[in-house]
Amino acid sequence: MAPAEIREAIIEILEDIAPDEDLSTLEDPKAFRDQLELDSMDFLDIVMELRKRYRVQVPEEDYGHLNSMASTVEYLTPKMEDIAV
Amino acid sequence: MISAGKTEQLPDHQRIVITGVGLTAPNGNSLADFRGALLAGTSGVSEYEIRYFGKTFAGVCDFDVRRHQTRKDARRGTRAGSIGAYCANETIQDSGVDWENTDKDRVGIYIGVTEHGNVETENEIFEISNFEYDTKFWSHHHNPRTVANNPAGEIAINMGITGPHYTIGAACAAGNAGLIQGAQQLRLDECDLAIAGGVSESIHTFGIFAGFASQGALATHDNAGEASRPFDMNRNGIVVAEGGCLYVLERLSDAKARHAKIYGELVGYAMNTDATDFVLPNPERQTQCIHKALNRAGLEAEQIDIVSTHATGTSMGDSLECEAIRNVFGKSPTTFINNAKSFIGHSMGAAGSLELAGNLPAFEDGVCHATINIDELDPDCALDGLVQNQPRESGKPADYILNNSFGMLGINSVVIIKRFTA
Repeated sequence: MAPAEIREAIIEILEDIAPDEDLSTLEDPKAFRDQLELDSMDFLDIVMELRKRYRVQVPEEDYGHLNSMASTVEYLTPKMEDIAV
Repeated sequence: MISAGKTEQLPDHQRIVITGVGLTAPNGNSLADFRGALLAGTSGVSEYEIRYFGKTFAGVCDFDVRRHQTRKDARRGTRAGSIGAYCANETIQDSGVDWENTDKDRVGIYIGVTEHGNVETENEIFEISNFEYDTKFWSHHHNPRTVANNPAGEIAINMGITGPHYTIGAACAAGNAGLIQGAQQLRLDECDLAIAGGVSESIHTFGIFAGFASQGALATHDNAGEASRPFDMNRNGIVVAEGGCLYVLERLSDAKARHAKIYGELVGYAMNTDATDFVLPNPERQTQCIHKALNRAGLEAEQIDIVSTHATGTSMGDSLECEAIRNVFGKSPTTFINNAKSFIGHSMGAAGSLELAGNLPAFEDGVCHATINIDELDPDCALDGLVQNQPRESGKPADYILNNSFGMLGINSVVIIKRFTA
């Protein structure tokens, strides 16, 4: 998956776990929490969905990388680049 | 009940009245719609399919979840929580309480449930079956969804209620038990307003269908609308339903002070236990429970206008309840007897409160809704006052409604509501 495709995969996950949010205005460099109503259980949902959908493991010590869309895509790129779309 | 005898003799702050009704049933999402369906003979039972078990029948509700919950809250929570949030918001709106200025710390939530957690546990086991049963795929939502207080806690979060909240696990007596608990807490001054009743999400667990089927107690029929048929010779089991009914309960003094509409007064109740069998009811204890409620209310059987039965459509259960009813009401020719499960199936934890609600309008119109689907009355169930297939008018508003609700492990509950007269 290319970074743009990883971003789209994250958007699809967010659409499921934050269905009331408008994601079209999401600014990638800004923290998710500054733009969306996401709590710790929601971030665990992101981790769980990455595991279920793409078999990607995000260890607890790396949760900080899921701060914004930009940091998430950057973190996931080496983990997901071999995944076929 | 703090003391036996007429509740009129109690001070107003010890008298408990119903001032709001919020419900969802398989044939109506408000009291008016539910009552209309009961009088029209409209069944809420439909064909239904659930994983592993396959095709069966169920009472399915179609209320608008989004009316009182965000999509996110509905996704995060449980079906029981969504039903609870809907009914709680509806009952508060119906009560006319100035909710914005209500002290939420003085509101209590008392929700009866037959079971809770099976739906979510089954879902998670199914989910990890797609991942070779690796528990790393087990959801972090499982525990908050399955704690026993979940339905009541979701209502609290949804409405910002900071007083006490809990569920009352009481098998299929739970709807009455929630109501009773709410009244007791008001009398103890633990809260000023109680949201009380019962909810059920049970149609979403295959286990309850499979369990009843293995027990020989799940209804089968060619026609969904005729599958739930208490008292009929050809009844063969239960139709499982979901639903909820929550009341606003207040002390009479508070209801009077705000000039509230009063649906009725809780003048008697009782709970007791068979202590004899896991599933088979004990009519002797049911009889005692009904007598206990009558005694506490200071009433004779002849004064009860309507008995709302628990009967679920099982061969033994219906016959044994009829034995208990005959013991108490056998010489009471003016008492009408009916059953709401024949319309909607068995809504489990919601049954007691929902079935009571369907009868409350009789305080105004004097009509006793029927028990439908009786094509050939079982002689064991041929109670004199049984209202079969068509509603009956008594010619005057009902004064007293007695509501039976019984459950597994021999838990019995009876509630008596009186038409309120100032």
